[in-house]
Amino acid sequence: MSILVNKDSKVIVQGFTGKEGTFHASQCLEYGTQIVGGVTPGKGGQEHLGKPVFNTVEEAVASTGATVSMIFVPPAFVSDAVMEAADAGIELAVIITEGAPVRDMMFAKMYATKKGMSTIGPNCPGVITAEECKIGIMPGNIFKKGNVGLISKSGTLTYEASHQVVQEGYGITTAVGIGGDPIIGLSYKQLLPMFEADPETEAIVMIGEIGGDLEIQAAAYIKENISKPVVAFIAGQTAPKGKRMGHAGAIISGGSGTAAEKMAALEAAGVKVVVSPADIGKAVKEVLSK
Amino acid sequence: MNIHEYQAKEIFRKYGVPTPRGRVAFTVEEAVEAAKELGGSLWVVKAQIHAGGRGLGGGVKLAKSIEEVREWADKILGMTLVTHQTGPEGKVVHKVYIEEGADIRKEFYLGMLLDRAAEMPVMMASTEGGMEIEKVAAETPEKIVKVTIDPTVGFQGFHGRKLAFGLGLPKEEIGTFIKFAKALYDVYMENDAEMIEINPLIKTGDGKFLALDAKMGFDDNALYRHPDISEMRDLDEEEPTEIEAKAHGLSYIKLDGNVGCMVNGAGLAMATMDIIKHEGGEPANFLDVGGGANPETVAKGFEIILKDPNVKAIFVNIFGGIVRCDRVANGILEATKITDVNVPVIVRLDGTNAEEAAEILKNANIENIIAAENLADGARKAVAAAKGEN
Repeated sequence: MSILVNKDSKVIVQGFTGKEGTFHASQCLEYGTQIVGGVTPGKGGQEHLGKPVFNTVEEAVASTGATVSMIFVPPAFVSDAVMEAADAGIELAVIITEGAPVRDMMFAKMYATKKGMSTIGPNCPGVITAEECKIGIMPGNIFKKGNVGLISKSGTLTYEASHQVVQEGYGITTAVGIGGDPIIGLSYKQLLPMFEADPETEAIVMIGEIGGDLEIQAAAYIKENISKPVVAFIAGQTAPKGKRMGHAGAIISGGSGTAAEKMAALEAAGVKVVVSPADIGKAVKEVLSK
Repeated sequence: MNIHEYQAKEIFRKYGVPTPRGRVAFTVEEAVEAAKELGGSLWVVKAQIHAGGRGLGGGVKLAKSIEEVREWADKILGMTLVTHQTGPEGKVVHKVYIEEGADIRKEFYLGMLLDRAAEMPVMMASTEGGMEIEKVAAETPEKIVKVTIDPTVGFQGFHGRKLAFGLGLPKEEIGTFIKFAKALYDVYMENDAEMIEINPLIKTGDGKFLALDAKMGFDDNALYRHPDISEMRDLDEEEPTEIEAKAHGLSYIKLDGNVGCMVNGAGLAMATMDIIKHEGGEPANFLDVGGGANPETVAKGFEIILKDPNVKAIFVNIFGGIVRCDRVANGILEATKITDVNVPVIVRLDGTNAEEAAEILKNANIENIIAAENLADGARKAVAAAKGEN
């Protein structure tokens, strides 16, 4: 078991024949992901990486039965691509593209929600169910199969956390990189109940960062609804106020969105909060051996 | 990206958001000319820098004659203005805005930004004009009225009425206010603004609303479709090293400590700063080399970090995914050839091709490159090295 995706998930790639799309789609195929085709307008009918290329998502879905789309199109066209996927009946869009305008994502997410499509990202590493299905740009070999669910705003910290969990002798069920933009798709609050319901997941690691209040919402949700142990790390404890730390959403504005307030809220919700990012693996071991 | 008050007001006027008349001036003579052109008998000379609190810092002055305009422009142009938003080093004033004096009857606050929880824009108004809105929010939140606006339907009359009644405006002023707020909403949406603040928004003696101040920030990701706004960028307002870093695909922010950091990924870069502090050190910077790290960008990263004379050690913390560790290792070697890397460099490379990378560094046999086993080990060694311990 796992959440969101597994070895049976049928995936198409939007922006399939571009440089990024090609490289990462081939890596995903190598990992074992069932990529059944891709979409590049104007290249329909061709074959790429041994898979069919379609002009529209609608044709791709009709022909392959895909339910998931991995999106690599350039930032200016992302909202269009997301809405096309939603319109074509895709159930989950994983948006890897970095640099999408906030206004575009606002409209794209509203439309996706209206059409019943979930989104992950943008500007994220994607989602991986260990040793089954990788939809994204993460190095697959770091994610050994196990019993820990992972939700993270940051790409490389996801790899770091998984690496530590594996070094402690555990592994990952599903890891979801939710991205750090001001508007993102699925977040802690939607993913936590999925991990709670997944029989294979025994503990959850959540990696947050400064800015916004998703972690605070997550804390409130955990307190009421999550029985499995949760380990959390919040990046940006030493970040100065008012400076954007790489991610568009990672900014302490007007004194709110600090790491300290998020850590306090999570701790109050019974979450094992680690101060050092090097202690994530150890904390997982601690909560799982209780 | 942020812009100056005078630029924001130019945009406001295009959309029918009323502002006092004004002219920007780069020299004292231009300031005097601007005042003459505007006419009247009362002017305001306002320093143009990207920071709030200009008035308290002495950057906004009333002038009752052309002679006084000259005097104040002479004092303000070239001064180093220190406000609560500039940091102690302050900012040098390169231009002033000469504006006609206004008949202020009452001051309000009006602002717009993205409500991240609602995933929609929110407009906020308050009777506490001229005060810092964060302070009002913390101390007297009941004095702030908010409306989230669904962009698929846009700004409606009821949004405006809620704000207007919330501000306690009399019936006959509601229509004028709604027109003002609606125009401001259009400014926000059509220009991909990230934030707009009018503080204060004033009501004049003859019942008009005017944006007396204007602050605007934009979504960097959307600037490509606003060439007119991109042109408003003022490089004088940005850190030169941060601009240089950006030009090379690096995201760099200078901090006050002495342990330089070079990391891939924004989250890991923040976490690296955190662990340095946790181990008893102080990070000198935030630096994300991004997903496309290659020998050139890594070498550039070293060069930028070493421009800061406080740096006593550098912690390279790379978790290779797309970024291959062997390429980073070659980058480090490259950097030692191009730049004089005269401080200890603690290197932690994990993930894709980490073993090849370790081999490359070992074979190079460079004295001040110290290998670290993992994140904690690297942070400890970097902090110790910065303190001169080995």
